[in-house]
Amino acid sequence: MSRIVVSDVWQEYGDQIVLERISITIEPRSFVALVGPSGCGKSTFLRLLLGDEAPTRGTITLDGAPLVAEPGPDRGVVFQRYSVFPHLTVLGNVLLGLELSGSRTRIRLFGAARRTAIDAARAMIAAVGLSGSEDKYPAQLSGGMQQRLALAQALVMKPKVLLLDEPFGALDPGIRAEIHELMKTLWHETALTVVMVTHDMREAFTLATRIIAFERPRNRPEERERYGANLSQDIAIWPPRIAGGPSQFSPDRDGPATDLGQYRDDPTIPPVSGA
Amino acid sequence: MRWINLKPSRTTGLILAILPFVVVLIAYAMGSAARLADNPGDKLLPGLATFADAINRMAFVPDQRTGELFLWADTSASLGRLGASLGIATVIALLTGMLVGMFPYFRALLAPFIAVISMVPPLALLPVLFIVMGLGETSKIMLIVIGITPIMMRDLAFKVRDLPHEQLVKAQTLGGSSWQIAMRVVLPQTLPRLFTCLKLQLGPAWLFLIAAEAISSDSGLGYRIFLVRRYLSMDVIFTYVAWITLLAVLMNLALDWLRVSIFPWTKGSAA
Repeated sequence: MSRIVVSDVWQEYGDQIVLERISITIEPRSFVALVGPSGCGKSTFLRLLLGDEAPTRGTITLDGAPLVAEPGPDRGVVFQRYSVFPHLTVLGNVLLGLELSGSRTRIRLFGAARRTAIDAARAMIAAVGLSGSEDKYPAQLSGGMQQRLALAQALVMKPKVLLLDEPFGALDPGIRAEIHELMKTLWHETALTVVMVTHDMREAFTLATRIIAFERPRNRPEERERYGANLSQDIAIWPPRIAGGPSQFSPDRDGPATDLGQYRDDPTIPPVSGA
Repeated sequence: MRWINLKPSRTTGLILAILPFVVVLIAYAMGSAARLADNPGDKLLPGLATFADAINRMAFVPDQRTGELFLWADTSASLGRLGASLGIATVIALLTGMLVGMFPYFRALLAPFIAVISMVPPLALLPVLFIVMGLGETSKIMLIVIGITPIMMRDLAFKVRDLPHEQLVKAQTLGGSSWQIAMRVVLPQTLPRLFTCLKLQLGPAWLFLIAAEAISSDSGLGYRIFLVRRYLSMDVIFTYVAWITLLAVLMNLALDWLRVSIFPWTKGSAA
């Protein structure tokens, strides 16, 4: 599975300390939402998980192996913008991952391998509700459809971890609700750990199993440089959402809670008595 | 209504587009008529009939001594040089631009060098080229290549660096190697810019071509213009200038058309 262990991570840019003393264990199959005010290092933290940056201090391990400071096919990503390739059609975008991972030197697939890949890509496109748009370019799609495409493109690689950087922030509420449903379905049906950065508390509480808040404990102007953000809240959603399990929730808000015997997505933590 | 909100209709737009050309033609015709009225032998602003004669002489009547049709022989000589140098410049600029844009090590190695090289005035190097490479085709082609390549390299490197970082990260999460990312993500998005870049460098390319031909050549559009200059043959010079302009405009349009038909997603953008 895909347990991410972050231990005592600091991230500094020159004199500026952005994150300090970050330690967290993200269990397999959990859906973690990272929330917090702007500029508090949520996206920086996501980039560390992605391998786009290396932490100044501390270690991050995925399944016990230290994370290389380079993005790789085990971690999929969807950004708020620029996640899809403008020069490829919908099918081409989803196919790209299969083509690239098919071989390290060849840049295209041929024959049977290509047909298999196209079938897989079409199935993924259908799963995110984009059937019929296979030959369109991203510029011809609406914002919501582009993000669906980005999800399909990332998920066709079957990553262990899916990292989302405010993926639905630019969408209007109706489209966002639809894509939340899609996200829930995908999370339930795919063997996936999700870490999502969001500004939207409602989104965090609608989707996640666990919500982590980033905050700068010292935020006076003269302190900003030298003190980074750390984890101020770690909220487990109640009743717990279990990946693949039946939902305890009415579509958008919490219904009556029943005790499933687990307090949070982290099974190693014993249930709180009386909860 | 405010002026910024007033838009011409299609017909008005067309008329407005043609207007400056007509104004220039009329101004020329008036100037020419005034000078010819003073002195029928005036060579500075020849009349339109003289142009028809010049076009006929240069394009359709074979030269008595060589049997050549000058306009076509000159055009093919010039376009050959232009084509060869644009081809060489394109290959060098694309390769270097992508290397410098994509790989930090190549950027550290080459970016400052290219920045300095692109400041060397190419025409100042022309004597060096003539001395080192002789007066043949090589030195002329080299002049154009030296003149336009550094700017194209920089432009393409900037374009590559302008690709959103998110795209490169995404391509890596899809399992792409550097080579695959170069071929499948960077190259297809850089090629449209190459067309635009070539289009913008056509002007300088013609400048260097004509400069090289003017100094040392025995054929070519620039050679002819500077040859007939001695006889004050304004009719031939103007005809050649108009012809060069037409060729450049056609190349411009062709490059735009090629870009949009090869890369349909760039339609409506300047790439």
